[in-house]
Amino acid sequence: MNLFKFNGGVKPDYHKDESVSDPIAKAPLPSQLVIPLHQSIGGIPHPLVRPGQKVLKGERIGAADGNVSSAVHASTSGKVIAVEPRLMPHPSGLSALCVVIEPDGEERWIEKGRLDVNSTPPDVLRDFLRDAGVVGLGGAVFPSHLKLKAGKSGGLEALIINGAECEPYITCDDLLMREQAETIVKGAATMQTMLTAKTVLIGIEDNKPEAFEAMKAAVAKLAEKTMEVVMVPTRYPAGGAKQLIRVLTGKEVPHGTRSTDYGVQCFNVATALSIYRALEYGEPLISRIVTVTGNVGRARNYEVLLGTPVSELVALADPRPDTNRLIMGGPMMGFTLPGNTPVVKATNCIIAGSPKLFPEPPPEMPCIRCGSCSRACPHDLQPFELYWFSRSKNFGKAQEYFLFDCIECGCCSYVCPSNIPLVDYFRFAKSEIWAREKDKDAADSARVRFEFRTEREEREKAEKAARLAAKTAAALEAAAKAQAAAPAPGEAAAPAADPAAEAKKALIAAALEKARAQKEQVHPANTEHLTPAQEAQVNEAEARRAQAARLAETAGKTTDGT
Amino acid sequence: MLTALIVMSGIALVLGGLLGWASVKFKVEGDPLVDQIDAILPQTQCGQCGFPGCKPYATAIAKGEADINCCPPGGEEGIRKLADLLGREFKALSAEHGVEKPKQVALIIEDTCIGCTLCLQACPVDAIIGAAKQMHTVVAPLCTGCELCVPPCPVNCIVMKTVDESVDNWKWKYPVVEIRKAS
Repeated sequence: MNLFKFNGGVKPDYHKDESVSDPIAKAPLPSQLVIPLHQSIGGIPHPLVRPGQKVLKGERIGAADGNVSSAVHASTSGKVIAVEPRLMPHPSGLSALCVVIEPDGEERWIEKGRLDVNSTPPDVLRDFLRDAGVVGLGGAVFPSHLKLKAGKSGGLEALIINGAECEPYITCDDLLMREQAETIVKGAATMQTMLTAKTVLIGIEDNKPEAFEAMKAAVAKLAEKTMEVVMVPTRYPAGGAKQLIRVLTGKEVPHGTRSTDYGVQCFNVATALSIYRALEYGEPLISRIVTVTGNVGRARNYEVLLGTPVSELVALADPRPDTNRLIMGGPMMGFTLPGNTPVVKATNCIIAGSPKLFPEPPPEMPCIRCGSCSRACPHDLQPFELYWFSRSKNFGKAQEYFLFDCIECGCCSYVCPSNIPLVDYFRFAKSEIWAREKDKDAADSARVRFEFRTEREEREKAEKAARLAAKTAAALEAAAKAQAAAPAPGEAAAPAADPAAEAKKALIAAALEKARAQKEQVHPANTEHLTPAQEAQVNEAEARRAQAARLAETAGKTTDGT
Repeated sequence: MLTALIVMSGIALVLGGLLGWASVKFKVEGDPLVDQIDAILPQTQCGQCGFPGCKPYATAIAKGEADINCCPPGGEEGIRKLADLLGREFKALSAEHGVEKPKQVALIIEDTCIGCTLCLQACPVDAIIGAAKQMHTVVAPLCTGCELCVPPCPVNCIVMKTVDESVDNWKWKYPVVEIRKAS
């Protein structure tokens, strides 16, 4: 197959051999599972469980908030001991709502409902995947059901299964392809049906020959004629979606568009596997493969239940005593964990770091405009320009230079001879721009609401005035009519009362009449189904009330008389 | 001489007609400057500037009746933007109108609320829902934090809460170079 090239990229030390010698091991059940509710891009799922409640393995504990969101599930059976904010695996070191489960060790599954891909409508399949919590496992955790939609032009040209795994240290996809190639291929075939894709291209970097052979064998065995396993040259970041699409199809996805518009869609191999598991076996996403490597005695891949504390996971790999920090993700794009956080859907790798392995970065020096970063940028951006604009907080200009096309791969920081943490500046600028846009949207909506309210108040005022005017006019007319009807007997009295006073009187009379009518209309609501005894009681009370009224009347008359 | 006069006055007539037609055809509705100023203002509608809302304040600034430093929620950044737009000098926030505070939202303590609807009438952006003798509540994402609902409450059940930093609104910090280490 004819391959294409992307510009830029780097070739760091791969460090992948350490963790590929042993097969994937199942991590033991941890003492406690801390499952964050917000594990994907999009809305924060609502908690469905309460402390003290028993849950089964695979039970939904967080319901997706709208369509751009994804559900979360209990990774094992046990008791919910808390629903509270816990430390998140996030660079901020802040906490967010988590469901804490104490496992009972029984691993009892909830009843699994499977779906047949061929006979179920695509919308139902997508909702099913949303509720099964399937998200992209390459690291971006984008809800998969949103991507499983054919583009505007109908069916896809090519579905790309991403097995490139370009970032150093990480080997979870490599081992998964070696061990579960057939399931991955079946998952890819399912997705091909859902997306009506003409071909499926499975891209694997050429530093993973075992995975390549395994996948090839699986494709041959399942006789998938439209599927092809392709070896791509090893170069970071060949596993970036846009880079892999470019290498395999030669298509460059322009700024601000989606790859589906060009008939291509890209999924990670582990995502293909979890889609297949969800549809075929009715198993939601409750575990993932995590590489534990770096400064450890036995680097290895583990199948880990989501919510497992990283300290318990890393302890399995025998970390060396000088380990001073844990990095989630690879050394290029990952971040240092703020503490003992749980493993989440985005956790593809945990690297134990030591001062020897990852020395403190040398101090940042001024940019010398050497242009190394723009040669290394796989997205053909000008990182040094973006750096100047981000540094001086000139955000508009940074956006003009396509700041939001940056995938934060870290190539520019890697090659910078002045050791400038360029990506840190880009992340700062991006989050600042997002925050401002959010503020602007909030202000705009407040303006609209305020204007609507002002308009409504004015309208109500005008309506009230109109009603009052109409009433006065009617009363005036009535008074005039009354005068015209009875001119003869009250000829002496009529000139004395001027029309305005007359109108006022008429108004008061009308209001009194209205009040009386309203009073008559009111009936006690609870007197429909009464027993005879109760009825007698009510009648008695009514009689008493009538008598009191009579007495009051006579008393009034006597006082009048005296 | 005469030809020149005819030619010149002819040109003047044609151009004048063109200008007159253009001023009718391309008439600008409303005052664009007011809208530009209004776009910078934070739309809290709090009235701390002394005008009944952001738009009236924007109108007053455009007419030159109000200063640009009367909006505490807009803060220093807002004043800078206004100064840039209007070509005026930057001024510190005027103290008599209030101080800049972090973003807040109102919270009704529901145990205490008596359902009097007074806060509903005070809220400039309809962010409080409730009815007479029913418990009221603030729709937090719509609340601008203007504090206008606080004084009317007869039972003091409305408190202003600062919006805390969370994983969702957290921002990457500006990379700081440690000078001591760099030197």
